[in-house]
Amino acid sequence: MKIGIPKEIHPGECRVAATPKTVARLQKFGFEVLVQSQAGVAASFTDEAYREAGCTIVDSADAIWQQSDIAMKVRPPTEAEVDQMRQGLHLISFIWPGQNKPLVERLAARKVDVLAMDKVPRISRAQKLDALSSMANIAGYRSIIEAAVNFGRMFTGQITAAGKMPPAKVLVIGAGVAGLAAIGAAKGLGAIVRSFDTRPVVKEQVESMGAEFLELDFEEDGTGEGGYAKVMSKAFIEAEMALFLEQAKEVDIIVTTALIPGKRAPILITTEMVEAMAPGSVVVDLAAEQGGNCQLTKPGERYVHTNGVIVLGYTDLPSRMAAQSSQLYGSNLCHLLDDMGRAENYKINLEDVVVRGALVLKDGELMWPPPKIADPSPPKKPAPPPEPAPVAAAAKKEDSGSSVSISMIIAAAALVGIGVAQPDNEFLAHLTVFVLACFVGYQIIWNVAPALHTPLMSVTNAISGIIIIGGMLQISGDSTSYATILGAVAVFIATINIAGGFLVTQRMLKMFRR
Amino acid sequence: MPYSLTTVLYIAASILFILSLSGLSQQETARRGNLFGIIGMAIAIVATMLGTGTTGDANLSDSGYMMLLISVLPGVLIGAVMAARVAMTSMPELVAILHSFVGAAAVLVGLASFLDPNANHADVVHNVEVYIGVFIGAITFTGSVIAFLKLRGSIGGKPLMLPARHLLNLAMVGACVYFGYEFLTVHGAEGLTPLLIMTGIACVIGIHMVMAIGGADMPVVVSMLNSYSGWAAAAAGFMLSNDLLIITGALVGSSGAILSYIMCKAMNRSFLSVILGGFGSDGGAPAAKGKKIEGEITEFNVDEAVALLKGSKNIVVVPGYGMAVAQAQHSLSEVTKILRKSGANFRFAIHPVAGRLPGHMNVLLAEANVPYDIVLEMEEINEDFPETDAVFVIGANDIVNPSALDDPASPIAGMPVLEVWKAKTVVVMKRGRGTGYAGVDNPLFYKENTRMLFGDAKKNVDAILGKLRD
Repeated sequence: MKIGIPKEIHPGECRVAATPKTVARLQKFGFEVLVQSQAGVAASFTDEAYREAGCTIVDSADAIWQQSDIAMKVRPPTEAEVDQMRQGLHLISFIWPGQNKPLVERLAARKVDVLAMDKVPRISRAQKLDALSSMANIAGYRSIIEAAVNFGRMFTGQITAAGKMPPAKVLVIGAGVAGLAAIGAAKGLGAIVRSFDTRPVVKEQVESMGAEFLELDFEEDGTGEGGYAKVMSKAFIEAEMALFLEQAKEVDIIVTTALIPGKRAPILITTEMVEAMAPGSVVVDLAAEQGGNCQLTKPGERYVHTNGVIVLGYTDLPSRMAAQSSQLYGSNLCHLLDDMGRAENYKINLEDVVVRGALVLKDGELMWPPPKIADPSPPKKPAPPPEPAPVAAAAKKEDSGSSVSISMIIAAAALVGIGVAQPDNEFLAHLTVFVLACFVGYQIIWNVAPALHTPLMSVTNAISGIIIIGGMLQISGDSTSYATILGAVAVFIATINIAGGFLVTQRMLKMFRR
Repeated sequence: MPYSLTTVLYIAASILFILSLSGLSQQETARRGNLFGIIGMAIAIVATMLGTGTTGDANLSDSGYMMLLISVLPGVLIGAVMAARVAMTSMPELVAILHSFVGAAAVLVGLASFLDPNANHADVVHNVEVYIGVFIGAITFTGSVIAFLKLRGSIGGKPLMLPARHLLNLAMVGACVYFGYEFLTVHGAEGLTPLLIMTGIACVIGIHMVMAIGGADMPVVVSMLNSYSGWAAAAAGFMLSNDLLIITGALVGSSGAILSYIMCKAMNRSFLSVILGGFGSDGGAPAAKGKKIEGEITEFNVDEAVALLKGSKNIVVVPGYGMAVAQAQHSLSEVTKILRKSGANFRFAIHPVAGRLPGHMNVLLAEANVPYDIVLEMEEINEDFPETDAVFVIGANDIVNPSALDDPASPIAGMPVLEVWKAKTVVVMKRGRGTGYAGVDNPLFYKENTRMLFGDAKKNVDAILGKLRD
């Protein structure tokens, strides 16, 4: 089977769908690879490099569209490109079928089978071919680099002979793949990073990257389907906006990455907030392509607001790191073809949820959107532990409560009974001692460390050998009387207890060491 | 030595005993605590030896000193030899047999006190005290002997289930009450007959009570008998009008009671059912209860275990009775040293009822030179499991059973357990595929992140140690 890699013709697009490294893998899978001349030049991959990797270099795009079985692209094809395609070609590319209806119709008319890399379902198994994440990662990284270029100061704080330089403060809104990459990059440059996201589950991830997670004093979980956030309530948004305004006064850089699938990106940074920022501050809007998170964003452009705040609305951030993003995108494609059965078993398998999710057109028929699959990613937190246990525990508590009151009543009755029975004073004195000693014991024992429960048992064993005194008081009579003999035996046994108990405790305690 | 001086010394001894027990609150002060106990005991014995009773008569006559010498010396010898020889894994047996001695001594002291030619048999209060003291002492004695035999494995750990055993117990207690009445109404030395009959019945009660208790519930039984032995001493104190005995007995009695309460809580069972014995048997055939478990067991081998250990930063070991049986703690300690040196956060998690005695695991690990600050209690470590890379469960079963929390039908439902399944990987080292003492199947073994390493725990730990050293 032949795979064709055309040169991207979209103005400013530097990426390419395969690199010399990925074509080597494709050939290992059994594919033959055709690469259009100069296809990788913008991403620093020469024709020579492809040729060395074993590709056939063809001069015109026409050859690609006509000779290959599978064509792989980055950007959605233009109308002209579609018209060049042969019938039955398989096209794998970013398509955005939701936004590009006419294109899809045109492809359908051409009877081209189309897999959209932007529609790969976001489930765990498909992570290795998730091109959106790959690109978002690069965009997030690059957003900080662009901010650094435009920001007139250092990111890291330093104390020099000439004076102190404070570190830059960066706010990253939306902690998805791009947001986390931005946090990592900013942190790496030495900035103080804060982040906000409507989904509380990402707090841990943010903190693990070393950023501070800003929280609203507001209970609402924004976790939506497929790892995206959902639209929040009005009250939540108001609280959120107040937070952003507050932050805008403090921070030097704001990176926004908030996207809601199938909708215009939400406006999070208003003109008022931009105006609250210090001159020279930078806003990088990663949602520029979907309309922008900042009111002042001009998609694709660098805009300087009247107060000197720079708003970057670049939509080609991945393309600005073409070599890296081509490599990642190419790897995603490799993984997809690997999953689809490599060259020998290559097949569009409708049973495969990943392929089914990405499939837009088959034999001229519209296959998108696919039937819903219920597999949210990241997986929701495990369901809270079932209720019965705590309920049972609560019931137990009540029980013990009532048993406490019952035992109190019994104790009181026993005391009254003793009082009524009028025993001699000596007994009462002993009883007083006994009851008090019980309470002392109760107080002391609760403090004993559980680790020392075994020594506690052996030491109490030894101490209860105090019964030796009972024996000792009995042995003074006639040495043949029963009382004396029994007493002597009692002394003997109790001595074993005392000696054995204390010595074994000593032995055990010696073993405990830090 | 005048009576007042004896009494003052008794007070000193009581205080020393209290200090001794409070010293055990921490490892740092524990040894000093034991020393206080020894000093207290020495003071008490010397004060009794040289002291006089309320009437001014010496406690001991010349022949009494002789008797004392004859009985004390062999006792000290036997006790010392026992203490020096006992293996730490056999601590539960030693503790049980020592309890039985206290019980036996209490019975003997009670009988002797009754047979004392100077005794006033008309004193009802004294008679009641004797009767109760002998009763508790006899139960403690035979109960502890049975517990000792069960712990040694001389008799099976399975609970003995006589038909109508609760009725039987009740009948026996009733008989004891009846003979008590007889004992108090007959005059003088004739009371001996009912007293002896009651002693016999109480002995049977002790046997029957502990026979009915299963092997896994031994921690509760042992601490319960600990408590009984204390009460027996206290009762002897009442009958001899000796406050020191009363105080000490009360201390020991409440100590045992609290320990058994802690054990009960750890197993989620009621205190009352334990104090009354007949415990661990109400479940009938527990194996049949609870949810059916679906899933597959994933086996593991030593090489994989070693690789896992090497690749983990946070490791927790959960030891159970199986570790004690296999004597794996020494090799485990070596493994601990190696991994701690290589920077892993290696810790132990101890469930309150792991082993056959409260705190048994701690003693075994201490014996194997595991530093005590990495040996943590259930409550200290349960929250850390989600951040743990690898958990090694060695010879434990019920204390790591998730159905205690999520299956209300399980016989151990509601028992607090170590939540090991929240860790990234759990390795269960187990001799065979059997269920734990509670007879409950363990869903942990079927979880996706669980790996089973079957075989003798010692051999496996040794093999791991060998590979780690290479």
